[in-house]
Amino acid sequence: MKILVALKQVPDTETRIKVAADGKSIDPADVKWITSPYDEYALEEAIRLKESKGAEVTVVSLGGDSVKDVLRNALALGADTAVLLKSDASDPLAIASALAAWAKDKGFDLIMAGNKGIGGDNASVGPMLAELLGIAQANVVVKLEIGDGTFRAEREIEGGTEVIEGKLPAVITAQKGLNEPRYASLKGIMGAKKKTIEEIDGAAPAGSTSVVGMVMPPARPEGRKLDGEPAQQAAALLNALKDEAKIF
Amino acid sequence: MILVFCELKDGKLRKPSAEALSEGRRLADASGKSLGALFVGASNAGAADAANYGADLVLTCEASHLASYSSDAFASAISDAVKTKGATVLLGGATAMGKDALPRAAARLGAGYAGDVTGLSMVDGKLQAVRPVYAGKAFATTAFSSNVQVATTRPNVFTATEKSGPGVMEALPAPAGDFKAIVKEILAKGTGKADLTEANIIVSGGRGMKNGENFAILEALADALGGVVGASRAAVDAGWGISHGMQVGQTGKVVSPTLYIACGISGAIQHIAGMSGSKYIVAINKDPEAPIFKLASYGIVGDLFEVVPELTRAAKAMGIGQH
Repeated sequence: MKILVALKQVPDTETRIKVAADGKSIDPADVKWITSPYDEYALEEAIRLKESKGAEVTVVSLGGDSVKDVLRNALALGADTAVLLKSDASDPLAIASALAAWAKDKGFDLIMAGNKGIGGDNASVGPMLAELLGIAQANVVVKLEIGDGTFRAEREIEGGTEVIEGKLPAVITAQKGLNEPRYASLKGIMGAKKKTIEEIDGAAPAGSTSVVGMVMPPARPEGRKLDGEPAQQAAALLNALKDEAKIF
Repeated sequence: MILVFCELKDGKLRKPSAEALSEGRRLADASGKSLGALFVGASNAGAADAANYGADLVLTCEASHLASYSSDAFASAISDAVKTKGATVLLGGATAMGKDALPRAAARLGAGYAGDVTGLSMVDGKLQAVRPVYAGKAFATTAFSSNVQVATTRPNVFTATEKSGPGVMEALPAPAGDFKAIVKEILAKGTGKADLTEANIIVSGGRGMKNGENFAILEALADALGGVVGASRAAVDAGWGISHGMQVGQTGKVVSPTLYIACGISGAIQHIAGMSGSKYIVAINKDPEAPIFKLASYGIVGDLFEVVPELTRAAKAMGIGQH
């Protein structure tokens, strides 16, 4: 089985975001970059399939030289080969198109990714990639079973999960809960240093959306503290929610 | 035309669909376009309700093989309807199904897509979207260059406004039944409660809850107020048996309820990112310096194990949540 895992480099979730001087992107100063957390579940699942069923795991990421950190980390965790698609595409459809153009004749049985990248939060590259490759999809998956040319996935929906059955090849996007990602071993880290990351000039399809402005969230109105004994605090809160906020 | 992909549940229009329709009506009026509602399924009884939210046209794509959701079949049905009707804007609620089908339909149409938007406008005849990025740490304005523009609207943000429309019914041909993947079964949690992303009131617990059993007092308060229970990443990752589906934050659900009550939650950046869109925030915490108080509309410095049961008692005494 050939598995592709698409990875995205994103700012650490504990990073405080600032808008850059151009007014439409984030200020990269003081940002710590990590592999998007949902992508870690995708990679872990691929490595577990490799261990249980035997598979060749390729990781791919789009971007410039900086994303090599993410790819190197994936090699340390157990991926076999890593590909850097050099591209400055930032729109979801352009990214999905660049990935599809490269992946379409590589014979991947399974393509894994996080259900969304932390940042753009569109959660759309996975389903777009599935459509562009003309294959099945299951998104926000918390449990995955691979059969003989088939898959069974449980995905999160409102108030429960739904079971999706389909044919491989497929794009599966991971949700927290799918597995518990491992840490890289020292041996893995040393081994990854010796591996080469293949660099390919990715297609640069024109984007269909662009970010034309970015602002910080509006400041929240000043709040107030409610004093007294617990019973008094409780009564004061419910009265405020009823009379001031008009919630009840 | 502005076309809205709508969902029915138990024969009734889902609230996120009504919200998307109302926003579609507003945009249609602002740009001189018509509003179409699209339903896909084995039975679309209840679809006529879309007229109550201003739909000029109610399109139904009906076939027995569409009884269960299939991303490729639904994406086909949706993109076919866009082409047939010459729609230039395609909207839907940012629900599990909307977020699954609409990006796929957008790719089929070669259209730009903006997910989970909180504001929409028409600028020079094209859609423009405001949406939270980095889970709400910033807000981006997205402009489209494609002929068709697709967006999903975040639940609980747009107001569903009843407005009578002509609601002319029209049946569309269904896509063929050879699916790449299909839903076989739904494993409901069986609580019958609203999903976090659609809930009006959320009572959330963090590390200060000390263990999973203590979440019972949050359940009791949520029941009294007519809300649902959420959790911080710290609580989910602590191994207390709190499901990750309850997690609010940048790596969990991003929520925008009317009322968010944070109990024993300090207010880590990634948690705040997931709930700062709430209309009113209540913080209950022992530590007066906890960052969550900076966001709180109402702050209670105190022991949540004393305050929360008092709140439940008082809410019941006042008859809150009974109507």
